[in-house]
Amino acid sequence: MIRRKIANVVMLALMWLAAALVLLPLVLILGRLIVQGASSLNGDFFTKMPLPPGSTGGGMANSIAGTLVLLLIASVAGLPVGVGAGIYLAEHRSAKTASVVRFLADVLNGVPSIVVGIFAWEILVKPLHHFSALSGGIALGAMMIPLTARTTEEMIRTVPNSLREAALALGYTNWRTSLSIVTRTALPGIVTGALVALARVAGETAPLLFTALGNNFWSLRLSQPIDALPLRLFLYATSPYDDWNRQAWAGALVLIALVLIIGIAARYAARPRFGKAVD
Amino acid sequence: MSRAAPHMAGAVVGDRIYRWLTTLAALMVPALLLFIGIEVFIAGWPAFRLAGFSFFTTSRWDPVHSVFGAAPAIFGTLVSSAIALLIATPLAVGAAVFLAELAPRWLRQPMSFLVDLLAAIPSVVYGLWGIFVLAPMMRQHIAPFIKETLHLGNLPIFSGPVYGPGMLTAGIILAIMVLPYISAVTREVLMAVPRSQREAALALGATKWEMIRDAVIPGARSGIVGGIVLGLGRALGETMAVTMVIGNTPKISASVFATGYTMASIIANEFNEAVSNEHASALMAVGASLMVITLVVNIIARWLVARVGARAA
Amino acid sequence: MTAPTPFQTPMPLPAPSQLPTSRPIATTVRAPQPMEEPGKVLLDISGLNAYFGALHAVRNVTLGFREREVTAIIGPSGCGKSTLLRCLNRMHETVPLARVTGRIEFHGQDLYAPEVNPIEVRRHIGMVFQRPTPFPTLSIRDNVSAGLRTVSRGRRPPKAEVERIVEQALRAAALWDEVKDRLDTSAVGISGGQQQRLCIARALATSPSVLLLDEPTASLDPLSTQKIEELVYALRTKVTVIIVTHNMQQAARVSDRTAFMLDGELVEVAPTDKLFTTPSDPRTEAYVTGRFG
Repeated sequence: MIRRKIANVVMLALMWLAAALVLLPLVLILGRLIVQGASSLNGDFFTKMPLPPGSTGGGMANSIAGTLVLLLIASVAGLPVGVGAGIYLAEHRSAKTASVVRFLADVLNGVPSIVVGIFAWEILVKPLHHFSALSGGIALGAMMIPLTARTTEEMIRTVPNSLREAALALGYTNWRTSLSIVTRTALPGIVTGALVALARVAGETAPLLFTALGNNFWSLRLSQPIDALPLRLFLYATSPYDDWNRQAWAGALVLIALVLIIGIAARYAARPRFGKAVD
Repeated sequence: MSRAAPHMAGAVVGDRIYRWLTTLAALMVPALLLFIGIEVFIAGWPAFRLAGFSFFTTSRWDPVHSVFGAAPAIFGTLVSSAIALLIATPLAVGAAVFLAELAPRWLRQPMSFLVDLLAAIPSVVYGLWGIFVLAPMMRQHIAPFIKETLHLGNLPIFSGPVYGPGMLTAGIILAIMVLPYISAVTREVLMAVPRSQREAALALGATKWEMIRDAVIPGARSGIVGGIVLGLGRALGETMAVTMVIGNTPKISASVFATGYTMASIIANEFNEAVSNEHASALMAVGASLMVITLVVNIIARWLVARVGARAA
Repeated sequence: MTAPTPFQTPMPLPAPSQLPTSRPIATTVRAPQPMEEPGKVLLDISGLNAYFGALHAVRNVTLGFREREVTAIIGPSGCGKSTLLRCLNRMHETVPLARVTGRIEFHGQDLYAPEVNPIEVRRHIGMVFQRPTPFPTLSIRDNVSAGLRTVSRGRRPPKAEVERIVEQALRAAALWDEVKDRLDTSAVGISGGQQQRLCIARALATSPSVLLLDEPTASLDPLSTQKIEELVYALRTKVTVIIVTHNMQQAARVSDRTAFMLDGELVEVAPTDKLFTTPSDPRTEAYVTGRFG
């Protein structure tokens, strides 16, 4: 009996230890980020352009702008397809095609981002002979599709069938019922899913390495290489220049802040909107 | 409010258009997957055809002399992922058990949130931390600890010089990155075990640990393995953080402190500077192989997790 | 049995001593006091059969509904009354594997003729369901006028006209006074009984000639139930009402004619007071005396 009691205490203690150890890297990483990043963060960072290696100062204005542009392109490219696919999946829930599409969406989700990157290079960069913001945005958009499709499907499924029937009984056509009534009712949840997908691709670097390429100058043109925060971080972190290394921390802090802001916006979009009916 | 006979019309065009649009969107998913697979394979085919099966077994990767053996990259991918899973699994499962069974109610939500936050940190940020914090820590503290304090320096696995970046460093970063995935899946399947199972065990006089070991975990086993395999899938495909801390040298070594390559990092590192068309094709071939491996692993993971759901139903 | 003027007091259930043992009875039976004479047959069912795949839910029903009349359809659970109702506005076919044979004539035209568009049918035959289903993202006003927006922009009435229709519909549904100051607020912010009346107003806004009610008060409290029964009775002058209910007392209170269904078949249809006091078919008598159901 004593042995069992000791075993119990030991194992439970190990669980507590595991929990603490799991949180340790989070604390270490975020802590280091905040400490080192905050000190390098100033107004210049957001407004100035990168300077050549060796000189101190400069900022990441073009990287931040570039990331925002890429996210915009990704949304335009990926969201309509993702939401449309989600609507299809929700409305044909048991059909054979729907099950296959659902399964393949999860498979697509697991394709490594670097493979998406070389694919985008192969079809968008190589034939046109130049890197471009558009190809980077499309690569990111492709990555948003499976996640958006699944969350959209789930959100539409939460709309009760009685609502659909009420609309049909009023004389709504099938497509208007689906769009104006069902999808509209599920809209907050769909927006949340879209923002979650956006937060995920905001931090991606690999798909951009061979598509958007990066740019030391200010450029928002879709047909030209464009800079992005993750790309610049990669460049600065792996460089031997101290000032670049220092700025990389600041950039990382900004990138995480961006991801968190999008995540918070997602949570805000999902907030309960209408009070329960008073009965 | 009576009316004359209603006007009757034919089928509605709007419905058909809508149907077509949503079906088109849905079909983009398999189309995209197929497209990616086909393009990457076609681009990599020249390299496959040139080297044959030895593409996977040759351990020399020398783009300048057009020798492309992917073995070091494959080796590195497998080893770094294995290390990651070895470290991450006990921690993730332990933390998940903690959250599902042991944590006080007020702690559950915030702590789950924090663990999931690990998944939100971008790969390149992990890499940054890896270069400037973990790698020096490896060189100055962790490796000496293992080699000298634990006297394990004579084992081949811990032998050789320590530069900082290396297989073990990459493995540790990967472990941190896959932790939240294993933990999330495990947590879910543990919580899906019915309350009655727990109560039955406790009523028979089991200690809390014995209840967890004998009543909760067995029912969730398939799902836990599924979560681990899911973590493996993510580790295999992880690019940026690994590229930044693995040293990027195309060699196979026995020591975990040695630098190496992974399939993902070899592409990230060399693609833009490919010295020849054969080089680019070889990198594409590596990408195609990586895609196949992760696809298979992910499908297995999903099947395992689905089995838990099916059994619970 | 006394026949008090309807709806002046909530309906009490009869004390057991009042029940004769062999005569069928409802709590009160409205004396036939039609405000207007029922008119011509508006909706004519002949030989209707409805299926869910292999399940034969409605068997060879023949029944006519007249203008300015309230018809109640009663019967035990699963007898096919809701399915029959849903065939009338072609909602039955929205369920997978649903099939209908037979003929339903509306204003002389076969509703199931191949060239007939079910959407048009539903614009002329309104329906209210068991659970209130206001559209949660729309205001009260927009909910009521939702039916008006099902046609293309060119064919919609102008804004002033819409406002008038909304007010008229809400008045007909006895909801105007309660919501006239909050027409732009969310439709889910009102009580369940009010929501159901909103759904009735919504159905009335498109000026249907027939209103189908599928157990409209099943999920409501007694007070809301009473309000809705009152307005159903008042609606007779404007719309033909067909109400499915599992509550016999309700059928007795609101309808001019009652049809009794069992196992998909139409067993008997008769003026309400006659069906409940002197039914012709022994099965009807068994049901209304409460021997099964």
